[in-house]
Amino acid sequence: MELKAQDLTCERGGRIVFRGVSLSLKPGQLMQLTGPNGSGKSSLLRLIAGLNEAPTGSVTLEGGGEELSLGQQAHYVAHQEPVKSALSVEENLSFWRDFLGGGDVDDALAAFDLSRLASYPAGLLSAGQKRRLALARIVLVPRVLWLLDEPTVGLDTASLERFVKVMAKQLDDGGMIIAATHVPLGREPDLRLDLGRAP
Amino acid sequence: MKLILALIKRDLTLSMRQGGGVGTALGFFLTVVVLLPIGIGPDQALLARIAPGALWIALLLSVLLSADRIFQQDYEDGSLDIMTMGPVPFEMVALAKAVAHWLSTSLPLAIAAPILGFLVNLEPSAILPLAVAMVVGSIALSLLAAIGAAVTVGLRRGGLLVSILVLPLYVPVLIFGLSASQPGAAPGLTTASLLILGAIALVSLVVSPLASAAALRSYLT
Repeated sequence: MELKAQDLTCERGGRIVFRGVSLSLKPGQLMQLTGPNGSGKSSLLRLIAGLNEAPTGSVTLEGGGEELSLGQQAHYVAHQEPVKSALSVEENLSFWRDFLGGGDVDDALAAFDLSRLASYPAGLLSAGQKRRLALARIVLVPRVLWLLDEPTVGLDTASLERFVKVMAKQLDDGGMIIAATHVPLGREPDLRLDLGRAP
Repeated sequence: MKLILALIKRDLTLSMRQGGGVGTALGFFLTVVVLLPIGIGPDQALLARIAPGALWIALLLSVLLSADRIFQQDYEDGSLDIMTMGPVPFEMVALAKAVAHWLSTSLPLAIAAPILGFLVNLEPSAILPLAVAMVVGSIALSLLAAIGAAVTVGLRRGGLLVSILVLPLYVPVLIFGLSASQPGAAPGLTTASLLILGAIALVSLVVSPLASAAALRSYLT
């Protein structure tokens, strides 16, 4: 299996953010995406997830599910957390389990030390706890490719260690991770992609 | 199918806990129905004649009031992004959210409206036909509102635009809905109008998911 992106261009509001970006990623590899603000890190992740369309270039997952789109085989963790304040922590995760299919909610809660907060309304969570809840979703439903946008923002030291463990398991299981970040991820990336200066 | 039910269940839970949807709509409906007789005056015969129309218009406006919220929150917190990456077609997501709006807002209103009809001196013989017409019509109302909500989801204060966009689509529902709720009309007219109302609901059922999903996609990309 291999993720291949070729000659991607990103355009936002008529402005070219980047052009000619290519990358390739094999199972078990972690790619760190760097670049200053506005260089298109988030846009690149959204392009790969199929959430945005690229004017040029293509993204393919060779050896992936034949009938599935790339988005259906990937997890995307954005800046904002898709967390519903009126639902409890556990209800939030249970919904994503039912909607995305599969997974054990208790394990996912335990992976980010949220078990104690399971019945707590998600609206009362702190920023870091919400982040952990958003990250618990990607543990909950197994998918081969993780696209993480600044995943460590707001995490304390203990949560960061848990996150490193979770990433290690995903990579050991033959998964792939692309993470856009300015700060060290707590694990040496196998590949780096610098989007360079903002145009 | 299970996924769709999970989504509908979540939306219903959310609307019940947050209390915004049906509470606001029902409160608004009640306000219109209570104020109308005071504004018109104590002419009972006149009130009875305009009662079905007044109730229909109150229903339409109440549904519109809550319409812009159908996709708003899920768009803002990124849930919609993730729903496009789910195993079901995005059209089904759009349909599920419209159905949840119908169950949480339009259907309770359609059931409550004929009962609240006594406030505007609705004839007792008109209650049943009005209830049937409103339940059928409310399906179309929610589905059409979803289109408006999807088209304006990325806009701040999109509520006004939703009303203007959806208004022309609501006119046929109002015309045939009203015609189906007149008990004293010519024989056959009520049934025929009810059938057309059903047809409008079915057409909306097909068009709404496609249109909403297309509009939402254009915002997400």
